Amino acid sequence: MSSQTTTIAPISNGAHHPASAVRGVDHVVIRFAGDSGDGMQLTGDRFTAETAALGNDIATLPNFPAEIRAPAGTLPGVSSFQLHFADHEVLTPGDAPDVLVAMNPAALKANLGDVRRGGTIIIDTDAFTRRNLTKVGYATDPLTDGSLESYDVHRVPLTALTVEALADLALGRKDAERSKNMFALGLLSWLYSRPTDGTRRYLETKFAQRPHILAANLRAFEAGWAFGETTETFAVRYEIAPAPAKAGRYRNITGNVALSYGLVVAAQQAGLRLVLGSYPITPASDVLHTLSGLKRFGVTTLQTEDEIAGIGAALGAAYGGALGVTTTSGPGLSLKSEMLGLAVALELPLILCDIQRGGPSTGLPTKTEQSDLLQAMFGRHGEAPLPVIAAASPTDCFDIAIEAVRIAVTYRTPVILLSDGYLANGSEPWRLPDVTLLPRVDPGFAAAPTDPEAPVFRPFDRDPETLARPWALPGTAGLEHRIGGLEKADGTGEISYDADNHDRMVRLRQAKIDGVSVPDLGVDDPTGDADLLVLGWGSTYGPVAAAVRDARAAGRQVARAHLRHLNPFPVNLGAVLRRYPQVLVPEMNLGQLALLLRARYLVDVVSHTSVRGQPFASGDLLNVITAMTSPSPQARLGYDLSSGVN
Amino acid sequence: MTTIDLGVPGLGPSGLAGVPALAEGETLTRKDFAPGNEVRWCPGCGDYAVLAAVQAFLPDLGLRRENIVFVSGIGCSSRFPFYLDTFGVHSIHGRAPAFATGLATARPDLNVWVVTGDGDALSIGAGHLLHTLRRNVNLTILLFNNRIYGLTKGQYSPTSESGKLTKSTPAGSVDAPFNPVSLALGAEATFVARTLDSDRKHLTEVLGAAARHRGTALVEIYQNCPIFNDGAFDVLKDSEESQARLVRLRAGEPVTFGGPDGTANAVVARRDGGGVEVISSEFAAAQGLAPIVHDPAADDPAAAFALSRLDDVTLSHVPVGIFRNVSRPTYDDLVRAQVDGAVSAAGGPAGDSALAALLGGADTWTVD
Repeated sequence: MSSQTTTIAPISNGAHHPASAVRGVDHVVIRFAGDSGDGMQLTGDRFTAETAALGNDIATLPNFPAEIRAPAGTLPGVSSFQLHFADHEVLTPGDAPDVLVAMNPAALKANLGDVRRGGTIIIDTDAFTRRNLTKVGYATDPLTDGSLESYDVHRVPLTALTVEALADLALGRKDAERSKNMFALGLLSWLYSRPTDGTRRYLETKFAQRPHILAANLRAFEAGWAFGETTETFAVRYEIAPAPAKAGRYRNITGNVALSYGLVVAAQQAGLRLVLGSYPITPASDVLHTLSGLKRFGVTTLQTEDEIAGIGAALGAAYGGALGVTTTSGPGLSLKSEMLGLAVALELPLILCDIQRGGPSTGLPTKTEQSDLLQAMFGRHGEAPLPVIAAASPTDCFDIAIEAVRIAVTYRTPVILLSDGYLANGSEPWRLPDVTLLPRVDPGFAAAPTDPEAPVFRPFDRDPETLARPWALPGTAGLEHRIGGLEKADGTGEISYDADNHDRMVRLRQAKIDGVSVPDLGVDDPTGDADLLVLGWGSTYGPVAAAVRDARAAGRQVARAHLRHLNPFPVNLGAVLRRYPQVLVPEMNLGQLALLLRARYLVDVVSHTSVRGQPFASGDLLNVITAMTSPSPQARLGYDLSSGVN
Repeated sequence: MTTIDLGVPGLGPSGLAGVPALAEGETLTRKDFAPGNEVRWCPGCGDYAVLAAVQAFLPDLGLRRENIVFVSGIGCSSRFPFYLDTFGVHSIHGRAPAFATGLATARPDLNVWVVTGDGDALSIGAGHLLHTLRRNVNLTILLFNNRIYGLTKGQYSPTSESGKLTKSTPAGSVDAPFNPVSLALGAEATFVARTLDSDRKHLTEVLGAAARHRGTALVEIYQNCPIFNDGAFDVLKDSEESQARLVRLRAGEPVTFGGPDGTANAVVARRDGGGVEVISSEFAAAQGLAPIVHDPAADDPAAAFALSRLDDVTLSHVPVGIFRNVSRPTYDDLVRAQVDGAVSAAGGPAGDSALAALLGGADTWTVD
């Protein structure tokens, strides 16, 4: 038995049961699963916060249906939250859960297939009624029919224990049952030796106005902990040591919140007022929610009548000198495309954040995908180039937002920032930046002419270096001018239908975007002689990095690079691609980046794709890398690269 | 739900409050608003008359020229901003109200106008128009209604009369038209007026009231398209015909019309069922029926709506003037008040320490 001390505060005054051994492990993947109304997302969030506070590295993956409350106990209603925590760097939420908490038969049925053989399953036996079993098509009870034999199953009457723990609180049975997620959280907190103060504080704040609900939640939470401690159900409890991390202050943060904060900081640093025009859409709405609560930072949020008005209002605000931002997901990106074209023509700064989800059409609103890349690149009529950048991880959403503002303001152009459902809702520890050291961009508004005899203002004269035009704000005397979507004469901005002028303007707009300064692509190639490069973009960052790490651990020589800038590409990208005999491009689409790379660089990259609404499993990528780096040519050929995930 | 007292400051009656005025003794003339470029509407287009009226009227506002912005959509009338030496944006089809909403909200120091047409505002952009009126953004919207698509060369519009023969309706349009004034009133508009391109004096009066209204002012302008719908409003321009058809609405006055030189031989009276009807003065006198008295400031828009229904596609009786002019907090003022209130409640604009506190949130840990 290990006797390592931890920061866990004793939660119960009950007698400590000596039966449980404490075992140190280096990583665990837990999935909480239940009905949409069971509070699994909250349970996962709290467990994540406790785990973060302990100093483990973490990645999370919430997974929930598009329906708010699908019929109770059914498969479509299952909501889950997975987190992977470890004493070392965590790059993905984990391929296969080590532990599944199943609050009902539907949760078991929907998730069992993912659980590692020999993994732990904690089941609320009270929910395993004949009716609930039938609802999801269990002919026999999996608790008794032997089908769970290869797992370590813990049968806990969670609901009854919760109700019993709250017996003296004068709550109705239904209300008491609702606290069962806190019982589960308490039990898991005990099992994994998590600190509990944060959850107590959280509950005290959340239910400050409703003391009886607070009492019920706290009591259930404590009862769950005490259950673990005082019963012999669990022979072992676990400890996971903190992961080594750079010194600093940390918090846990989701991609959407990080994105919101990045926009606020960038606006503040630039001295611009942030104006968001947005229409609610999953999974982007949390950015609207977060920003609407930040009025104290001068943030204006307009929830408009539709997607088009959202970007229209943002562009109008940008014309007036604000940092105009609009947020959306796939269907909204389609609706906004005409206004994006106007922003390209007006050459005004604008940020469009597309939090991608499964498509086409309404598709998979709550699931992740990377299939808007080509629409972001080309989804406008006419030659309408604009910069496209993509976040790599939840915390990178902060940095990429600042980068979007730099490009938009410097080059007077709309920028599409791509995130996705996985990054948006997933979370990870974030080392807080020193705000005084973050990059600043100067909006450099056009000044009023001082000479009363100054010639007429030319709104389309360009900066010779950036090709950016002046950002000339209404209210500035002497800069009165008229512009719009009609083709403009170079320099003067007057309406022009001249053939040579149009040809020149089309090429100028393209040259401006092609000339956006983008950092060179860094390549992670420790031995320098890898013959395979794995190139990721967007949220494949984590799975690719994890798979490459594992491949190297298995002795393979693999190089890795990650694109944050999709348009323009880094200047050295072509050279990097040509340096490697094989280039693997994993994407959650049918090969959109691969298409661009082949077209642009004439390099025959290998496209590996998955469109399952979930991030890549790093194990799957490892198999591909292993096949592609096999010393045996047969093994290489044996892997059918044209297919997706098997 | 608790009601929050927004304590909106400066909700003065004027839509121009907060917009920098010319210095004492400084004046502008119509020439200052004409950029001197070539106007490219068809000869005889009603837009010329409206442009001339607006150029002549803008100096009356006493505003600094650089603080005036005209935003338009797509269509013949939407070229308007190019012919005014102010700031101007020719945006995309139907979306000018959305663009202008963002601009007006971000910049309280601007006097923002939207120029649109019956196709732009009532077809492709109808959604934005209705929501802008509902929100009551501080904008003045000039809706040029010529009841036809001009720039696309002659298809029927959402205000074209049913049965209209056009290039796209060779067997006659089967659409029922919108009445823009009724529509605006139904959308909770706080200022709704109608005027004619050819009546410079009336147009100018209405524009003055609209510009000074704080909130969204919708001005429908009956405008002639000499190419694709010529003479659509001729009966309202003929001196004799117009007497029998134009119902001039004046605040506080009985609604009467029809006689020569402004005298009346017809009155607008209440009708059973809540509407209004036109009856002869004689009949009204015999029955003891009094004409209604026009009250654009009435809280209840029912009377204004009833008046708007007098109009029909045959133009038999057309009320012109200000149907409704009431005060209601504007969207942009309320939005700014929330932001400014939050900033001042926090002790002023956020600095680096406030930002750092935001990023840190409530739950942080330290690694040494």
